[in-house]
Amino acid sequence: MDIDLSTTTVRTANATLRALPPGATARLTNPAGRHNLAVGLTEEITVEIDGTAGYYVGGLSKNATVLVHGTTGWGAGENLMSGLIRVDGDASQSLAASAHGGTIVVRGDASLRAGISLKGATVLVAGNVGDHCGFMAQAGTILVGGDAGRGLGDSLYEAVIYVAGRIKDLGADARVEELAESDVELVARLAKQHGFDHIDPENVTRVASARQLYHWGTP
Amino acid sequence: MSFDEIRERARLGRYPIRGGGARRAVPTFDDLTFLTASASRYPLEGYREHCATRTVLGAANARDPVVLEIPITIAGMSFGALSAPAKEALGRAASEVGTATTTGDGGMTPEERMSSKTLVYQCLPSRYGFNPDDLRAADAIEVVLGQGAKPGGGGMLMGQKLGPRVAAMRTLPEGIDQRSACRHPDWTGPDDLRIKIEELREATDWRVPVFVKIGATRVYHDVRLAATAGADVVVVDGMQGGTGATQDVFIEHTGIPTLAAVRLAADALADFPDVALIVSGGIRSGADVAKALALGADAVSIGMAALVALGCNDTVHDFGPASYADLGTTAGNCVACHTGGCPVGIATQSPGLQARLDPVRGAERVANYLRAITMETTMLARACGKADVHHLEPEDLVALTVEAAAMARVPLAGTEWIPGR
Repeated sequence: MDIDLSTTTVRTANATLRALPPGATARLTNPAGRHNLAVGLTEEITVEIDGTAGYYVGGLSKNATVLVHGTTGWGAGENLMSGLIRVDGDASQSLAASAHGGTIVVRGDASLRAGISLKGATVLVAGNVGDHCGFMAQAGTILVGGDAGRGLGDSLYEAVIYVAGRIKDLGADARVEELAESDVELVARLAKQHGFDHIDPENVTRVASARQLYHWGTP
Repeated sequence: MSFDEIRERARLGRYPIRGGGARRAVPTFDDLTFLTASASRYPLEGYREHCATRTVLGAANARDPVVLEIPITIAGMSFGALSAPAKEALGRAASEVGTATTTGDGGMTPEERMSSKTLVYQCLPSRYGFNPDDLRAADAIEVVLGQGAKPGGGGMLMGQKLGPRVAAMRTLPEGIDQRSACRHPDWTGPDDLRIKIEELREATDWRVPVFVKIGATRVYHDVRLAATAGADVVVVDGMQGGTGATQDVFIEHTGIPTLAAVRLAADALADFPDVALIVSGGIRSGADVAKALALGADAVSIGMAALVALGCNDTVHDFGPASYADLGTTAGNCVACHTGGCPVGIATQSPGLQARLDPVRGAERVANYLRAITMETTMLARACGKADVHHLEPEDLVALTVEAAAMARVPLAGTEWIPGR
C-alpha cells in the first residue's frame, strides 16, 4: 500500500497504518519532513518512508519495522518498545530517547543526546554521534561506529556504550572499562547483523557507569 | 535560616531534603473573602436549589473529554513516592465521587488503573515507566513541565523507597538515590511541545485530552505558550504545592503563590476559550476551591490535602514502633515522606508499614473529604447567587490584605482599590 503524504494528512496516514493487519507493508511517499509519522504502531507491519521524516518517526511504537530512506528529525524511535527503526541517512537530536526495547539503527550520523534516558533498547549509529550521547541512559546498548562528542555517557546508569572511534570526553560518572569477551561477541554480532563492516569489535571502547552518583543522598 | 538549619547543613554537607510544600507564610486564598448575596444579590437556597459542579475538560480536541462530577481532582503523585495501597485508595475515592486521579513519576500501576474510573497519565521528563500501552489505557495525558514544589527541578526518590517493584517499573537499579531529569529528553521549547502533543494525540488516536502542567513561575507567558502548543488543559501548580522529596531550598524559595498564579493564568487564557485551567498548590477547603474558581480556574487539584484525609500525619502512630518519633518528628508536623518510614503506610514502600493502610477505609475518608469540600464550595456559590460553581467570578471576592488584593486583583475590602490599578 502506498500513502502519498502530499495528499494525505499525517493523522489519516497514521490511522491507516494502525489499521493494517500483521504482516502488511506500507510505503509513505513525499514525507517532506512531516512530524509524527508512523507513531503509536502496535502490529508487526513494515513501513517504508521515502524521504525525510520529521520529529518522532516511529515513536511510541512496538512490534513494527520502520525503514526511513532519508534523514530524520528529533526523537526518531523515541520510547520504542520493540521492533526496528532504521534510518538510512542522518538522525537529528535525541535519537531513541527513552526507548525501552527494539533496535534503532542509523546508517549516517546522529546529533546530540543520542540514546538519552535509554531504557533497554539497542541503538546503533554507523557514523558519529554528537555531545551527551547516552545521557542518563538507564539500560540497553549504544554502539557508535564513528566518533563521540563531549560528555559521553553523562550521568549514565546501567546502559553500556561502545565507541569505535575517538571520544572527545566523558560525562559525569561515566568511565572507560576493559572489554570482556562478551562485549566483543555482542559488538561483533550487532555489527554483522546491521552491516557495520567498518567496526572492529576488538577495538571499541566500552563506556559504563562509575556508579559514583548512585548514593548521593542516603546518609 | 535558623541556627538549627545551619547545623543541619553542617552535619550533612549537602542540602536538606524533605517532603511537603512551602511552610513559609505567603498570601493565600484565606486572605480573600466572598461578598455573598444580600440586598443587591439574590442567594440560592442551600437545601432546595441545585448548584452544578459538573466539569468537562478537553472537549475541543478529544473524542472522549474528561467529565468530572466535581471540580476537584487528585494531583499526580507517584507510585514510589506513595505506596500501592495509597494509590489504590486515592483511585477508589476519586471514582466514588466522580472525579479523576493522576499517576506520577514512575508509571501506572494496574491497581490504580483498576481503581480509578478516570485516570490522568503523566508524561514526565524522566519517562520512568512511560509506555504506549498505558498511554492508551489512560483517560487523559498530562505533560509535566514542572511542579510548584520545585519548578525547574526534577523529581527525587531516595534509595529507601526504590524497592524491587518501583525500581523495575523505572528501569533503575534497586536502592539507588534517584534524581529525575528536569528537562524532557526529546523536546525543548514551545514549538517542540506542539509537536510532542501531536505525537501523544496520534498515539492515542486523538481520543483523550492533553493537559500541560507547569510550576507557577512566569505564569502568564508559560500558560500562553502551553495553550499555543495545543494543550486542552493547563495545570498551574503554585509554590505551596507539595512533593514526596525535594531540596528544602527549592520548596521554600521558588515559584509564586497559588493565589497570584491563578489570576495570571486566567488572564493568559483569555484568548483561548477552549483551554481549561486547573489550579493546585495548597488547596485545602471548599473556600479555597470556590475562590480559585472565582478567580478563573475551571477545576482545582489537591495532593497533600487528599493524603491528610487518607491518614497522613494521623496521631495513631505518634508513639510505639516505627512511629513519628523514630523520624524525629511528631504527628501534625511530619514532612519525612522522603525517608520511606511513613508511620501510616502512605509514603513508604515498606511492606510492614504499607499494611497499616487499609485502602478501602482510607478511600472512604478521602471520598468523604471530597464530598465535604464540594459541599462547602456549592454553599459559597449559592450564597453568591450562583446555580453553577463555575459562575463564581472575581467580582464575588474582596481581599483582606493589600498583598492579596494586588495578587488576586480584587479590591481591598471596604474599598474599590486594587493595588497597581
